[in-house]
This record gives sequence, structure tokens and C-alpha cells, in this order.
Amino acid sequence: MNAVADIAIDVHGLTKRFNGLVAVHDLSMQVRRGLIYGFLGPNGSGKTTTIRMLCGLLTPDEGEGTCLGYDIRTETDKIKSQVGYMTQRFSLYDDLSVVENLEFVARLYGMPDPRGAAQAMIERLGLQQRGTQLAGTLSGGWKQRLALGACTLPNPQLLLLDEPTAGVDPRARREFWNEIHALAGEGLTVLVSTHYMDEAERCHEIAYIATGELLTHGTVHDVIADSRLVTYNVTGDGLAKLAGELAARKGVDMVAPFGASLHVSGRDAAALEAAIAPYRKSKSLRWEHSEPSLEDVFIELMGRDRSGKPDRTKTKTQ
Amino acid sequence: MSTLTDLYTHGFWRRVGAMIRKEFIQLRRDRITFATMITIPLIQLVLFGYAINTTPRDLPTAVLLQESSDVGRSILKSLENTRYFKVTHQVRDSETFDRLLASGSVLFGIEIPTGFERALRRGDRPALLVAADATDPVAAGSALGALGQLVQTALQNDHAIPATTASAFEIRQHARYNPAGRTQLNIVPGLLGTILTLTMLIFTALSVTRETERGTMESLLSMPITPLEIMLGKIAPYVLVGFMQAALILVAGVVLFDVPIVGNLFLLATLTTLFVATNLSFGYTFSTLAQNQLQAIQMSMMFFLPNLLLSGFMFPFAGMPVWAQWVGESLPLTHYLRIVRAIMLKGSTLMDLHYDALVLAGLMLVAMSIAVTRFRRTLD
Ligand SMILES: Nc1ncnc2c1ncn2[C@@H]1O[C@H](COP(=O)(O)OP(=O)(O)O)[C@@H](O)[C@H]1O
Ligand SMILES: [Mg+2]
Repeated sequence: MNAVADIAIDVHGLTKRFNGLVAVHDLSMQVRRGLIYGFLGPNGSGKTTTIRMLCGLLTPDEGEGTCLGYDIRTETDKIKSQVGYMTQRFSLYDDLSVVENLEFVARLYGMPDPRGAAQAMIERLGLQQRGTQLAGTLSGGWKQRLALGACTLPNPQLLLLDEPTAGVDPRARREFWNEIHALAGEGLTVLVSTHYMDEAERCHEIAYIATGELLTHGTVHDVIADSRLVTYNVTGDGLAKLAGELAARKGVDMVAPFGASLHVSGRDAAALEAAIAPYRKSKSLRWEHSEPSLEDVFIELMGRDRSGKPDRTKTKTQ
Repeated sequence: MSTLTDLYTHGFWRRVGAMIRKEFIQLRRDRITFATMITIPLIQLVLFGYAINTTPRDLPTAVLLQESSDVGRSILKSLENTRYFKVTHQVRDSETFDRLLASGSVLFGIEIPTGFERALRRGDRPALLVAADATDPVAAGSALGALGQLVQTALQNDHAIPATTASAFEIRQHARYNPAGRTQLNIVPGLLGTILTLTMLIFTALSVTRETERGTMESLLSMPITPLEIMLGKIAPYVLVGFMQAALILVAGVVLFDVPIVGNLFLLATLTTLFVATNLSFGYTFSTLAQNQLQAIQMSMMFFLPNLLLSGFMFPFAGMPVWAQWVGESLPLTHYLRIVRAIMLKGSTLMDLHYDALVLAGLMLVAMSIAVTRFRRTLD
């Protein structure tokens, strides 16, 4: 009883295949109500597929669970009436105006005063000047805001936002996130997928998915701590050459360049120390112990093979 | 200069070649479209080639025998022996006779009046009354031409009525409903049905595929609306459009071609609305079955062609082989043509037309059920 009240999403072992290819594998997740839950992962990792299973648009091949307390297999109608889903691709009507799109949504949900509701949303979105403009002619940032407005219009309890800020400029992205926080402040649960690391930091909790598998989840702090990654920040000369050499050494699990510095990480502190010891003496290099970033953690996670053990061929990004 | 031109033209063909290659690959990927491109023309050629016959045979005929005489029976037998007429009804009273013609159950009524044989033997040249449903003048024409010769021969063989008598009896023809045999009276109602079929199919055939291709379907499916609601919402506006279109064609028909509307205008409007809704439902069904807009258009055309050719609009229905008539019976236009010709030209009532109206409604319900059950509620 209490669990149902507290937990918005509770799914276990979700698996989805397309023509034999596994898109999502044995995925379980719990999202508490009122949280902003970040769903991270690279392209093609199964974020969209998972979100579609949550709102009843795809039937899982295996696994079960509930969304807002309703079964994701059998009670999709109830889920649809209380979930706002913002698709990855803009999916409002290009040839309807902003107002007409919002009124259409309001009417579909049987809201008592569709005109009033649409008008109120337009004011909330700051779209007063563009009410009669065709949705297809809006700029990318405005389209995203309108889409967010459309899926929050019927007062859902849960928002599923699929890469809502992809391709949007930084300022629009910040405003968008402010709006998401405002909505969460009103009690909504928000599941938002993204591949921007900075956005992960704005979530209460995150989950990371790669090639269909959920690799880690929790608060940003927990995720970093759980990785037990030890990271050094190296600055100095000849970093490109150094990166190549370090990556080949035992005990170094990941080497990644970050601007003018290099992040060198390993899961086993002693092994890492041993591996880098010869290079620490170099006068042209400055070694600093540092906290691993989320990106370090994720890149390292992706580098592991399926059994969860560290990958023999060490990951090295650009 | 010349090398530059060479280079350019060389590049030209390479680019055209690349484009051709790409189009072929895409064509091959779309299996359904590819299959229809090959098979449909063949199927249709065979289908229509065998089905269409401009010299109608076995036209349904009612015979009103007012006396029971040898000559009467002999005429009946000779009618049945020909391939033009097929005596489907033998009736005793003229009310039934008239009703069969009004409802379109028969195209001909042949009446052998009392005292025909006696008058014949006396050499009085009695009249054989032939009533033809001339709402379709093509069907009626050739059969009428054959009738005189046919009966004459029968009488000579069976009853030794001498051939020297130029004609022992007179055939009194009465072209009912369209005495002047004007083709417009037949064409205008037919065009009304054909135009409506084509435009209604196109209106709805793209409605679902368009949403899928534009990506709006994903959001629509995530909202609380059912397939039935989506279908009704997409069909309803066009019922109104179709109704206005029908009204426009009818007014033009009356004004420009002087086509009468003998029957009840309200009945015509109601059944036209039913016909419009039936075609919209078929278009919508194609839209739910097709995977893209091209397929939806192809399906609509595959459906439209038999409507055009096997409904009795282009070629007389009664002239088609029985299997083709069965195909025709399952097409909305066939029934609407009967309805619209009967109401406009004969003044028929719902009583006469209830069968065709019921079939139209039935076809609509079948199409709608397929659409609702085949509508994909998920993206699986
Ligand atoms: N309808 C589909 N048919 C076939 N494969 C699909 C379909 N949808 C997604 N996939 C595949 O499933 C995997 C996960 O895709 P997706 O969930 O869209 O990832 P993400 O949203 O994280 O980018 C990808 O490999 C993708 O190609
Ligand atoms: Mg995606």
C-alpha cells in the first residue's frame, strides 16, 4: 500500500527484442514519486525503448511492473490518462497553431475548459505572442517548450521526457530545466532521458544504461562512490603520447583526455599507483588526485564486458 | 574546354546511375509495393478481360403469362433457350410484374396477353408486350433487337405458322423509365457514384499513414483515445464533405443535363450519405493496413478499378459471368448505382431498395471492424 503510494515506476526484468536483436535486456528500476530521475546512456542504448514500455506503447517480451501503480501490460489505458509523454521526435501537429495543438490535447483528455486550459498554458510557457503561429514554424527551443506544455497540460502525475533538450541551445536548455524543477516542485515525478552529463547533475537520481543494460543507478554522489574509481588528473607536456602508454598498462582501467588535462582512472587503487609510479617522477607532468567525474564513471562502465569484469582492452576516448 | 564537358557529362551519368541504383534498392526493400506492382496488373487484366462483356447475356426477365397456351409455353421455352434472356420469374398478376421491374430484380418484362394464340392463328397480328428497364440503355438495346427474330423462329418451328407471314405478331416495346433512351440519364447517376468513390477513398486512405510518417502517431497513441474514436473522428468530417460534393453533382446533373429526380430526395440524400460513409470506411481501412502512403494509394486504386468496371457503370452488370457478378455484389458502387438509378429515374422507395441499402451498411460495418481490430495500438 505504502509502496504504491511512494513509488511511481517499479519494473523488473524488462526485456525487449526487435527481430531477435536485444534492445533492452533485463532492466529493473524503481523511481520514487516527486523525483527528477535522469535516464542516461549513449545513442541506441535503449532509452526510448524503455520509456515506450513504461507508457504502454511497446509490450515487453519479458518482465513486468507497474507505472503509477498500474500494470504496464494490462492497464495501459489508465497509465495513458495520467502520464505525459514527450517523444524524442517532435510529434505535435505542424499544421496546427500553438493554441490549436494545446486545445486538441485538452479535449482528448476531456478537460472541462479546453480553451481556458490552453490559454493558461500559453501564458505559463511565455508563448503569448506565438499563439496563432503554426507549430511547424517554431524554432527548436520553442517547439520543445510547446511539447513540454502539451504533455503537462492534462495535469499528469508522471512525465516521461525523451531527450527533451537534444539539439537545443544552452540558454533554452537551462530554462527548460528550470521548468522541469518547477514541475517537480509541484509534486510531479519526472523521468528524463538525456546524454548530456551536465544535465545528470541536475537530477535527484540517475540511472545509466548502455547497450540495453542498466549499469548503475542512484544519486550522482552514490554512482560515483559506488564505482570505487580512483582518478588522477594529469597536466603537462606530451599528454597524447602518455595516454597511449598508460592505457596499455595493467591497473589502468581508463584514460580520457579532458581539455588540457588527462583523467587516469583505475578500480584498484594499489594497482593504479603501481602502474603510474614510473610517470609520477617526470618533471614535465603534474599529478593530482581528483574525484572522478560522472563521465569517467560512465566511460569506465561501458568499457567493462558483459560479465561486469574490467575490460582487457582499455577504453580510450577521443 | 572539351575535357571539362567530358568530365561534366561523365559525372552526370554517374549521378543519374547512383540515383537509379538507390531507387531500385528502396523499391526492393518495400516488398509489398514491389509485389503489387508485378501481380496486380496481371490479376486485373485477367479479371476484367474475362468479366467484361459488352453484349450482355442472361438478362433477368419476368414473364407475365395471362393465358396458358401452347404458343405461350413455346415462346417461354425459346426465350430460355437463348442466351440473351433468362426467365427468372413467371408471374400471374401485373402488380408483381411491375414491382419486379421497379426494384430492378429483372431488366425485362414480357407479357403474353389473353387470347394471344387465338389471335395469332386468326392472323390478327396480336401484340407481344415487352417492357424494358431502360435506365441502362446499353443492356436493353441489343437484347430487344434479338427478341423479334427469336420468337418468330420459335413459332414457325413449333406451330407451323408459315414463314411467309411477314410477322405473325407485333412486338410492342415499352422502354420504361427512360423512354427516349438518353444516355445521360444513365451516365449522370453513374458518374455521381464513381466520383464519390474515388474522392472518398483518397480522403481517408492517407489519414493513418500520414500520422505514422509524420511521427504524430506516437503522441496520439500515448494519449487516452481508442481506435474506434480515432476512426470516427477521422471519417466524420468527410461525410459532410462527401454529402456536399454529391449535392453539387446532382444539382449540376439536373441543371446541365436535365436529369430528372423522380423519387424521394430525402431517401436519396440518406442513402448517398450511407454510400459516402462506406467508401470513407474502406479508405480508412486501407490506411490502417498500409505501412506507408504509397501502399495506401495502391490499395485504394486496386479497390477503385473493380468498382469502376464491375459495378455496372461502364459495362452492363447483367452481361458479366456469374463469378464476376459475385465480385460486383461485394462492391459498394454496384449497390449505390442501383439505388441512385432507381430513386432518380424510377421513383423507387426504400421498400424496393432495402436489399442494396442493407448490403451497403453491411460493407461499411465490415470495413470498420477490420479497421478497428487491425489498428496498431502499440509501436511493436
Ligand atoms: N522499432 C524498432 N525496430 C527495430 N529496432 C529498433 C526499433 N526501435 C529501436 N530499435 C533498436 O533498439 C536499440 C535501442 O534503441 P533506442 O531505444 O531508440 O535507443 P536510445 O533511445 O537510447 O537512443 C537500437 O539498437 C535501435 O536500433
Ligand atoms: Mg532515443
